Amino acid sequence: MTDLSKTPEATPAKGGAFLSVRDLKVHFTTSDGIVKATDGLSFDLERGKTLGIVGESGSGKSVSSSAIMGLHRGTNAMLSGEILLDGVDLLKVSNEDMRKRRGRDVAMIFQDPLSAMHPYYTVGNQIMEAYQVHNDVTKREARKRAIEMLDRVGIPQPDRRVDDYPHQFSGGMRQRAMIAMGLINNPSLLIADEPTTALDVTVQAQILDLLQDLQRDFDAAIIIITHDLGVVAEMADDVLVMYAGRAVEYGPGKEILTNPEMPYTWGLLSSVPDLTASTEAKLIPIRGNPPSLLNPPPGCPFEPRCDHTAKVGGDLCRTTLPDLTPANSGGSHVKRCHIKNADEVYEAEILPEIAPDLVED
Amino acid sequence: MIGFVIRRLISAVLVLFVISVAVVALFTYGPSDPAQAMCPEPKCTAERQDAIRDALNLDAPIQVQYAEYMSGIVNGRQIAFGSEAYDCDAPCFGVSFIYRVNVWDDIKDRIGPTVSVAVGAGATILLIGVPIGMFAARRRGSAADKAVIGATLVIESIPYYLFVLLAFLYLAAGAGIFPQEGYHPLTDSPLKWAWGLLLPWLALGLVNSSKYARFTRGSMIEAFNQDYVRTARSKGLAESRIVNKHALRAAVVPIVTIFGIDFGSLLTGTIFTELIFGIPGLGLRALNAVGQSDLPVIEATTLISALIIVITNLLVDLFYSVLDPRVRLG
Ligand SMILES: Nc1ncnc2c1ncn2[C@@H]1O[C@H](COP(=O)(O)OP(=O)(O)O)[C@@H](O)[C@H]1O
Ligand code: SF4
Ligand SMILES: [Mg+2]
Repeated sequence: MTDLSKTPEATPAKGGAFLSVRDLKVHFTTSDGIVKATDGLSFDLERGKTLGIVGESGSGKSVSSSAIMGLHRGTNAMLSGEILLDGVDLLKVSNEDMRKRRGRDVAMIFQDPLSAMHPYYTVGNQIMEAYQVHNDVTKREARKRAIEMLDRVGIPQPDRRVDDYPHQFSGGMRQRAMIAMGLINNPSLLIADEPTTALDVTVQAQILDLLQDLQRDFDAAIIIITHDLGVVAEMADDVLVMYAGRAVEYGPGKEILTNPEMPYTWGLLSSVPDLTASTEAKLIPIRGNPPSLLNPPPGCPFEPRCDHTAKVGGDLCRTTLPDLTPANSGGSHVKRCHIKNADEVYEAEILPEIAPDLVED
Repeated sequence: MIGFVIRRLISAVLVLFVISVAVVALFTYGPSDPAQAMCPEPKCTAERQDAIRDALNLDAPIQVQYAEYMSGIVNGRQIAFGSEAYDCDAPCFGVSFIYRVNVWDDIKDRIGPTVSVAVGAGATILLIGVPIGMFAARRRGSAADKAVIGATLVIESIPYYLFVLLAFLYLAAGAGIFPQEGYHPLTDSPLKWAWGLLLPWLALGLVNSSKYARFTRGSMIEAFNQDYVRTARSKGLAESRIVNKHALRAAVVPIVTIFGIDFGSLLTGTIFTELIFGIPGLGLRALNAVGQSDLPVIEATTLISALIIVITNLLVDLFYSVLDPRVRLG
């Protein structure tokens, strides 16, 4: 007999993963109908590892990660599935319990650090507040800790800059300060939602370096959300490609980047400039626009934009949503596409287009 | 910050200059003939009125008259009404046509009551309107929220003088809960001062707070949608702290701005309140002066009201810069 007296807190997750998201759905009721922003998302993540979630804007990345933070509570969102963090289902804990976990167990940093900070409070005040809410410390101790964290994330003269207002910081410094705020309670999971999108290219690289560096120190699991495969290539152990609220390809980062088996991922790869550093590579943006998440049609959501439907028999693409199935390259790599020999198609048609110098003949 | 203060000071001085020029020009070129106002036709012959015009120096160029008026405010001056001459000590705003006394002596004790009514009503407006707006914002979309909005719309559709009149008739004259008349200077007895003004404050405050309830609600809801409120929530702050610290701090800025603008009309709007409650304020005096075409009194009350409004606007602007570090620190 299993011990039923155990509290949910003490029960380890089924698969044992530190973070395990199972069949997560986030649906919004609007006056036009139900928006299925996240529709059956599953993934696992271990401490010290990084998951990259990639997809065009509107594919449901922010909505999904906000669900992990419990930020949809008290809104018109309907959530189902499981979000197991260290065995505890975050969708089931009370509002007060979830509040206490926010910032302590799970922290989040956002795309635009200027709007993400309160313009009327000093940077130090905002960082201290994040510490004080979870730790019974004096103002003075909190301030000391805030200065330490600012120093740790590379803010020069942190004991002076701690009293600055956000508008007195540069964009990169603001994002460093947000990272300091996010990590001040040593959370086990850090969600970075497009942390570098609003920054200069040179600053982007510094911020990514900082995140990797801090991850080693803090042993946190990181979810990095981006629409930039370059960021994923640098940061992620695992990659989840999202399209129209669903995972369309998921697996180890190296696999996804070198042996993708889903036409949408191919499209993303073709539209990244610096991934292969090849001068002959063509930059081909994906044609068309992401579909509406309101009343999606039955088939593959990528079908209206897909150039490879002819490789699938009949009108399967239009009528039937493909399941997530193991990729031909094996391992834990899965993809959502009807094409049987996707690996061969990639080798023969896609690779020569995007990285001619990688193709040996 | 210093640059900001200097710019605001300069613009305040400019506004006062323009208003004072207009006031002096009104005296000379206005629709009401000063000589006729001082001494109407059957009493004074046409020749006598000409003599008065002469004595008032009405034919002198506007800049000469302006210099004379301003110098009177600073140094005092002699004012001649035909053969009689009045010593008008500084600050001299002229001599009342009707009562033949220094206008300043006539109105200086009336500034306190008017400012008391306006400041108290202003505070009441904020104390009633802002919390109600915050209450509704936190429950946006709910029945309570809709009830609040409905109530504010109803209250706002009542003309405020009717509201003040009804408050007076029922609560002061009728039920006798509040004193009927009774302005006591703050310096005499703060308690009597506040008690005497309480009903006017409540009446004015309640009518005008409806707008502030809706405005606060809007500002708070806008603040709730800001990214920094999402950040505050992500830190694990309690909802009450998110509302009362992060959202309110942001919403206060537009509220203060609007309040600064409204305070001027609150000052002028006290006329009816003064009339109904018999408060010996500037507005009441100006109203009488208009009825009597007592031009120097009209001039003086206009100038002093303008001065009060300019000073409050200046204070609000400075307060605004304290509230917004982006203004303060440039
Ligand atoms: N509160 C909401 N109500 C209705 N639809 C929403 C709401 N929030 C997000 N959405 C929709 O969900 C979809 C996914 O949004 P989001 O997760 O922000 O995309 P991404 O972060 O991938 O760019 C978008 O189409 C967006 O319009
Ligand atoms: S299922 Fe069909 S439409 Fe969808 S990606 Fe595969 S080939 Fe394209
Ligand atoms: Mg997003």
